[in-house]
Amino acid sequence: MLPLLEVKNLSLQFRTRGGTVHALQDVSLSIAKGETVGLVGESGSGKSVLSYALLGLSDAAARVTQGSAHFDGLDLLAASEADLQDIRGREVSMIFQNPKVALNPIRKVGHQLEDVLLRHTTTPRAEVKARAVHCLAEMKIPDPERRYHAYPFELSGGLCQRVMIALALACGPKLLVADEPTTGLDVTTQAAIMALIREKGRPAVGTQAMATLLITHDLGLARDQCDRIVVMHAGHVVESAPTEQLFREPRHPYTRQLIGATPVGRASLADLTAVRGNLPDLRRADLPACRFSERCGQASAMCAGALPVIDDGRHLVRCHRPAQEVAA
Amino acid sequence: MSAALLEVMDLAKRFPVKTPQGKGLLHAVDGVSFRIEAGETVGLVGESGCGKSTLVRLLTRTLPVSDGQIRFLGADLALVDPHRMPEHKSRREVQMVFQDPHDSLNPRYTAYDTIAEPLKLLGGVKDAGELRARVDEIARLTGLPPELLQRFPHQLSGGQKARVGIARAAVLRPRLLVLDEPTAALDVSVQVVILQLLADLKRELGMSFLFVSHDLNVVRLLCDRVLVMYLGRVVESGPAADVFANPRHPYTRALIASIPGSGRRALDHLLPGEAQSPIQMAGADASGRCGFHGRCPHGRDTCAAEIPLLRAVASGREAACHFTDTLPEF
Repeated sequence: MLPLLEVKNLSLQFRTRGGTVHALQDVSLSIAKGETVGLVGESGSGKSVLSYALLGLSDAAARVTQGSAHFDGLDLLAASEADLQDIRGREVSMIFQNPKVALNPIRKVGHQLEDVLLRHTTTPRAEVKARAVHCLAEMKIPDPERRYHAYPFELSGGLCQRVMIALALACGPKLLVADEPTTGLDVTTQAAIMALIREKGRPAVGTQAMATLLITHDLGLARDQCDRIVVMHAGHVVESAPTEQLFREPRHPYTRQLIGATPVGRASLADLTAVRGNLPDLRRADLPACRFSERCGQASAMCAGALPVIDDGRHLVRCHRPAQEVAA
Repeated sequence: MSAALLEVMDLAKRFPVKTPQGKGLLHAVDGVSFRIEAGETVGLVGESGCGKSTLVRLLTRTLPVSDGQIRFLGADLALVDPHRMPEHKSRREVQMVFQDPHDSLNPRYTAYDTIAEPLKLLGGVKDAGELRARVDEIARLTGLPPELLQRFPHQLSGGQKARVGIARAAVLRPRLLVLDEPTAALDVSVQVVILQLLADLKRELGMSFLFVSHDLNVVRLLCDRVLVMYLGRVVESGPAADVFANPRHPYTRALIASIPGSGRRALDHLLPGEAQSPIQMAGADASGRCGFHGRCPHGRDTCAAEIPLLRAVASGREAACHFTDTLPEF
């Protein structure tokens, strides 16, 4: 079966006054229908840049230098702005990181929902208000009739996030890109929000399953929510595997260090190990082929060669000296 | 029982508010009592809006107290006017590390200036040589290489800025360090280093910590004891390991079950609805209702009629729930 989203060898640069930033390099990623994929990595590793590029929302300074991205048969990189506008919000929608900033501050949240419904669905104008209220109620927003008339500043962070999700899910998208959807929210709210998203991933009979790309730096959250996890470091995809396998047998040294730094399930602070060093400056002209080699600690002369792709169809790793797979 | 370093008794903070319905009082902190022993790390957890930050601001005396006592080193800090606090002898003994390492540093001060400031203002250090020696020492303890001390905040990474914030707070060797979400703005990769730094620093300097966080994983690893706040009140307290293994208040259970990777089914503990309003309208009956009633999966009629008080439920453990003894197994 064709994947819903397929990104192949995508490279993207930003031209800035300080030099060219090699933000994405040879990135490949695919998402099947109904699948939940986690995209993890430190801030600055290119997670958000990738998602913005897929939706055609990149900064004007961005330039795709190679690769392709297809969504459900459509070439995202060649598509006209009009085509992208048709898709965004209806087929692919996005939950942005900071709901307070992403929502229109001078428009009632109910009206913002109506905008989406009128643009992308055949809902008659007479019914659109009821539909918007229904969308709010579906997100378990208490008192949706009243909240319909609220401006974003009148709502708490958790409620704004629910409105964002209501907007993103209003048209029943095939793919949801959720960029840190719960950052800054309380754990109890986070659990409720993730439950809402997951509910949509396992739909009732007759409706289509929604695929989700969950961008997060919380490995614990990714482990709970995702079928598969893709690890990014400094603009490279360094490892990709089914969730359980990734945690059981991480092969890339960066993945191993990230897992080692995650406090979930540890008995004491001493069990945690830090990730060495910092992300390399992506403007450097002499970026090594393996952008992790300077932080790795296990790098050798062979690591200077072009980054290999070791892929058995399930577990992909891009490292010259990956940890050996446990013999099956 | 030996005298605690800090003993808070029935502390309350009420803000007058105006709503479309008339005037009222917002009970931000409502009868909170707890102790922190010398050398102890106490975690303070709870959702946003539960009063954590107000409590911290009362303890550091940047807000006037409405009611209650803050006993610290033999004095009642609640009686000290916030404007007079800078001259109080306890001022240098309570220091704070702020949430956002970037916003809380003066952009026009180098790291050295930032760390030296409290020594000049409160430490009585006049001699330039001594000042340099003290700053260099704390920089070494907080893992700041000497060459970074001449940099401005915008020239430092997130982790380095966090170290500067910690160095500034620790340079006076306070008895109590209040940390407000010190790792919330940091990546996982940096968070570990900062947490281990804090643990080392505590061992080295023998301070007590009040560690405010909503990251329960971090609290579990760093803290000896934990206080759980909900709607201005402490609803549970006890040794961190015990509280995490067997929480005795339904709210604590919901919190712990919501931690990703906890292995608990968060769905079983999801909280319906929203928290009650902390605002009490003028003239209205003082509501005798458990603050958690309405969201609590175990709520009964009693909960709507009577506020449960914090009471001992096991050795060193307290919970404020009418039905804590009959909660199902966690």
